[in-house]
This record gives sequence, C-alpha cells and structure tokens, in this order.
Amino acid sequence: MAHAAIRVDNLTKIYNIRESEDEYRTFRESLTQAARSLTRRSTRKSSREHRALNDVSFVVNQGDSLGIIGRNGAGKSTLLKVLSGITAPTGGRIEMRGRVASLLEVGTGFHPELTGRENIYLNGSILGMTRREIAARFDDIVEFSSVQKFLDTPVKRYSSGMRLRLAFSVAAHLNPEIMVIDEVLAVGDALFQRRCIDRMSELSQSGCTLLFVSHNMEMVPILCKSAIWLSDGRLVEAGDAHSVIDRYLGDLMQSSGDGVLDGRMHSGDGRARFHSVRIVDDAGVPQASIKSGRNLRCVVEIDSELAVPNVSLAMVVKTLAGTRLITSWTDETGYRLDIEPGRSRIECCFRDVPIRPGRQVAIDLWMHDGALLDQVDTAVVYDVVEGEPTWASLRQDQGAVLVKYDWNGSGALRTVDASACEESCN
Amino acid sequence: MIDTDIQPRNANPARLDDHQTLTPEADANVPGLRVITPSDGLLSVDWREIWRFRDLLLLLTMRDINVRYKQAVFGVGWAVLQPLATMLVFWMFFGRLGGIDHRTGSTPYAVYVLAGLLPWTFFATSLTNCSTALVGSYNLITKVYFPRLIIPMSTVFACLFDLAVSMLLLAVVMVGYHLRPTGSIVGSLVALVGMVAAATGIGSALAALTVEYRDIRYVTPFVVQIWMFITPVIYPASMVPHKWQWLYSMNPMVGLVDAFRCGLLGQAIPWERLTISIAASIVLFLVGATYFRAVERRFADVI
Repeated sequence: MAHAAIRVDNLTKIYNIRESEDEYRTFRESLTQAARSLTRRSTRKSSREHRALNDVSFVVNQGDSLGIIGRNGAGKSTLLKVLSGITAPTGGRIEMRGRVASLLEVGTGFHPELTGRENIYLNGSILGMTRREIAARFDDIVEFSSVQKFLDTPVKRYSSGMRLRLAFSVAAHLNPEIMVIDEVLAVGDALFQRRCIDRMSELSQSGCTLLFVSHNMEMVPILCKSAIWLSDGRLVEAGDAHSVIDRYLGDLMQSSGDGVLDGRMHSGDGRARFHSVRIVDDAGVPQASIKSGRNLRCVVEIDSELAVPNVSLAMVVKTLAGTRLITSWTDETGYRLDIEPGRSRIECCFRDVPIRPGRQVAIDLWMHDGALLDQVDTAVVYDVVEGEPTWASLRQDQGAVLVKYDWNGSGALRTVDASACEESCN
Repeated sequence: MIDTDIQPRNANPARLDDHQTLTPEADANVPGLRVITPSDGLLSVDWREIWRFRDLLLLLTMRDINVRYKQAVFGVGWAVLQPLATMLVFWMFFGRLGGIDHRTGSTPYAVYVLAGLLPWTFFATSLTNCSTALVGSYNLITKVYFPRLIIPMSTVFACLFDLAVSMLLLAVVMVGYHLRPTGSIVGSLVALVGMVAAATGIGSALAALTVEYRDIRYVTPFVVQIWMFITPVIYPASMVPHKWQWLYSMNPMVGLVDAFRCGLLGQAIPWERLTISIAASIVLFLVGATYFRAVERRFADVI
C-alpha cells in the first residue's frame, strides 16, 4: 500500500527582512546597539516580518509526483528549501521518508577549477551518495550527460549547457526516494529537456516521489498528476494537476484588473515603482484586449520621489504558460530613460502584434539602473482577439504566433471557405 | 472567485485516509524517516550524520587542497616556503638580534622556532580559513543540504595536509642539525589531536559568526596575530615570569605548542600542562560546535 512519502503540517516560514541600509549586520553595529539598549528603553526594531509560507499542509504519497505552481514570490522556492533541509521552518512539521535529492540550482556543487570527473564525485557526495555508489553509476552519469570528451577538463571551461547536463545527470542517477526540482530545466536545450522529463517520469514510475516547481504550465501536467497552488505563502488549492492549473490561469487573468499595480508583488529596491500599465489603441483609447495584427501600445506609469537617471526598461509579452513571445528593451533600441520626480509615463509600441487570437498573454515589467528598481511579473493579462476579420484558426494548440503566409505548389490550389478549416481540423 | 476555490487545509492531493494508517508505531518501522521542525534549543553534534557524509568531508578537503595547489605556481612548495621564510625572519631578528637563542637550551633556535611555527601555522591558518569558509560556500549552503559542520572540518583537515607537507621541511632541518625524534613523539601526536579539536571548535564558531557579522573576518587575522605572541612559538614558555604562569597557561595553545615541540625535539613532555590544554580544547570544540549547530539552520537565510 502506498504510504505518505512527505507529510507537511501547518508549515510556516517567516523571514525577518532588515530595513537598514546595510545588507549585512556587523559585529560593531550589534555592540553599539546593545550598548544603546542598556541606556535607552526602546531599541530600534530594524526588521519586518515576511511570511513566505503560511500554514501550508499537504501530503504526497510515495511514488506520486506533485507540481507546485504559483506566481513569483508565492513561496514555492521557500517550500522546497524547507523540504530539503536548507533552511528551518518557523512553525509546523514535516515528515519525510527516504533519501532526498534536491536540485534547486544546477551545478552548485561544482568547483570551476576541478575537472568534470572530480566534480561528479564532489556533486554526488554533496547529494548524499557515497564514493562507491557514484563509482557504480559513473558510466551512466557520463553517458546521460554526454560530456565524455571533457571529463578531464576543468568545469570552468564548460558551457552552461554542459554544466546543466552534468548536474542533472548526477542528480537523476542518485536513485533518490524523493526528488525535489526547482525550475532548473528552463536552462537546457529542448532535446535535453525532453530527456530530463523522460528520466524524471522513469524515476517516478520506479517509485520515486517527485516535487516539481515550474512556471511552465505545459510541462507540469506532463510530469505531475497532482498539483498545489501557492499564493502569498498560502495553499490556495490542491488537487488534480489540470484543474489546479486551469484555476490558477483563470485567477491570473482576473487579477490584472484595471492595470493599477498597487497591491501587486513588486521586487527591486523601490526607488521607482511601476504605478500602472494599460494598453491603448493608436488613438490613445484604453483597450480591454489586444488586437492581433494591430499595433499594441503599452502605457506604463512610474512613480518616483527622486530623479533616477539612466534607467533601462523592459516589457515582456509572454504566454500564461510562461513562454516569452516578445521582449522589448529600451537598451536594444539605444534608449535610456531619465525618471523625474513624480509620475512619469512611458509608452512602448509593438507593431502589428503577431499573436494568434484566442489566447491570453501576460506582460512582465522590469526596470533597472545598475540595481533593480522594480519588477512586476504578470502585471496584466489580456485576451488576444482578432484585429481583422479572422482568416486563421482560433484553436490555441495552433501556436502562439501568427504571421500571414502563402502556399504555392505545382498542383492547382483550390479556394475554400475558412470555416471549412475548423471542421477539417476537428 | 478565489474564496470559493480555497479548500480546507485537509483537502490535499493525497488521500488522508492513507496517511491515517501511519500510526507512530508504523513510523518507527519505516526506515529513513526524517522529521523537520523549527529549530530551538541546543543541538549536539550529529556524529552519525557526519559519518554518513564522510565522503563529502574527504572530497571537500581534497578540493581545498587541490584548488590551493593547482592555482599556485609553486604548488605544494608554498606549504614549505612560507614557514621557511618566517623561520628565517624570526631566526634573524629574535634569535640573532633579540638574543633568544641563548634561552632555548641545547636546541638550535632555528629548529626550535620552526618546530613551534609549524603547529602554530596550522592553527592560525585553520582559523583564518574557517572564518571565511562558510561565506565562501554560499552556493552550497543556499542550495543543498548537508551537515554544515563539514565545511569548517574540511578546512581544518586541508590545513592538516599543509602541516604534513611542511613537516618534511622540519625533517630536513633536523637532519641538518643531527637531531632525531625519540619516543616522546607520542606527545606531539596527542598535542596535535588537541590542536585539531581546538581549531575545529574555534574555527566553527568564527565561521558561524562571520555569516552573521561580516566584520568578524577582519578581526580574525588580528586576533590570531596577538594570540601568537601569547603562545610559546618563537620563545620558550619558561621566559614568562613565574608569577604569570597560571594566567599564561589559560591559553590552551601554550600547552599544545609546547608539547608538540618537546615531542619532536625529544624533550620531556610537560604532561600536566598538556592534559589541561587538551581538556580546554575539548571544551572549546564543544562550545564552538554547539554554537555552530545553534545557528546553522539560519545560515541559508542570512548568508
């Protein structure tokens, strides 16, 4: 009978975020503070609490695979860190059965000066393998990673793809009872991604319990039967992967609202903040949806108390599954922004947006002046609707991008009604 | 919309009736159960876990050694060159000009100072390297779990390798002066165990402190330097006035360095002082390791 491999009860993790200017505490500062607190009653409390995980409970049976989804900052990575024992929870309890291998970031056990061979041993032993176990699987690891030729080359000469392959191979051949994977596969090439997914399914079938964090909503259901959705550290929903993902995507849609970004998750130091983002048509009239094939004018308002010069700004149009469709970056067009105190407004015009109607897209915002000023992921979500009377299929599985195309051939091409296309596709 | 979708806590992907069969008795039968709870109270050193990760300890030690010598032009030569140069300087200024060489009895000052410098260099390098070891392993600590004590331990072991290499220098010098070790070398080994314990304890504490307070790393070399002068490295312990000996002996390194040297040079081991120093090092080790364990689960959050 299947038993619980992971049992999480009322898990809470609170971070104290320091609000002082320095990133790190110094001994000197602590001493002066201690001295001050002796003379004065009130000590300056220089931190505030952030609940990264709030009363999260779930159970994963042995051999199951669980997808963990949610927006950035929802607590997914914190959950994995607590589960792998890297950081201690503030409250609650976790019970786990079996050896845990966590791949939270690829190649962290690598030392650049050492060779691939030495690093396989080092990385394996960090993941908890003994030397004998590594030796027994050494050939499999090398074969899977296909870095045979470079085994005796220092890892610093490896490409990032080679490092990823090597690191994943080591972790995937550890034969762990529980495998915890955070968004690492996003780096690899498509072919290797495919092999990783195959390998993970294989592990999962052989009884390994899998926890998988991803923003790629297409990959999660391939690997995971069930999923949990985290939002602001809370467990919003748990259940069958497909239905949880549907609700999550639906929520993403709804929450973009009127484009004002007040209550949203901002990262960055906040010297300047995105206030709102809207789309307008060529006449400046606000729009509720993006018209395929037409210009997309995206208007961003930025609030700042100070002047911030030389800011580079980016907007990313992506599918809700997280695939980037268009990236626009001020630097690419040789442009930087000087933000004045108060509210400034900047517009980016994407010409003849070639996104297939019938989908939804999200916009990420990002600005940077050497340090990250602000970043809002999935700031708004819009439907893409036809801009012209449609000639194309609205089916979402027909690809995200739509360009006009012509067919030419030696045979006679017969003209058909566009609606016939829908029928023949079905 | 979200409100209606939030399910009660217990509506989990897994069937709860399954895990309800896991009574505490059943738990005990399942091997490899790991329970993670908030860290509070003092934790002792989990030797069993460290033993399980002994290969990692070995590999990290090898990595430290490997990387240090791979990158250096002189390779292993550094381990010899550094104490040799220091010995020459001390021999010149303190032995010749300072006149200490009349106070070391029958032993030539050069050998005397070298036999003290080697264990001291081991101890001092261990502390300095430990103080930055955790911060330098940022990548590992924030991304993978393993018993964190392995990091200061492997740092100390790598320094032990340096000591072994530099002992060859001492052997050459001793042959040059027609000195040979006697049975009292056992005392040196005992003292070495004490030094490893003290270095690991203090090193762990320093490593943990550096994670929390970044300025500790600037303090460490300074403290180490002062410490050397209150330890009989370049002068014999007997030079300290009798009425201060009790205070002087509070420093565990006094007994350890002294015994290490006596053992090598075939002199009588000051067993009484050595025993006290060993006891002090064990206490230092326990205090350091306990402090380390108390704060180690915070490392990933503050580093």
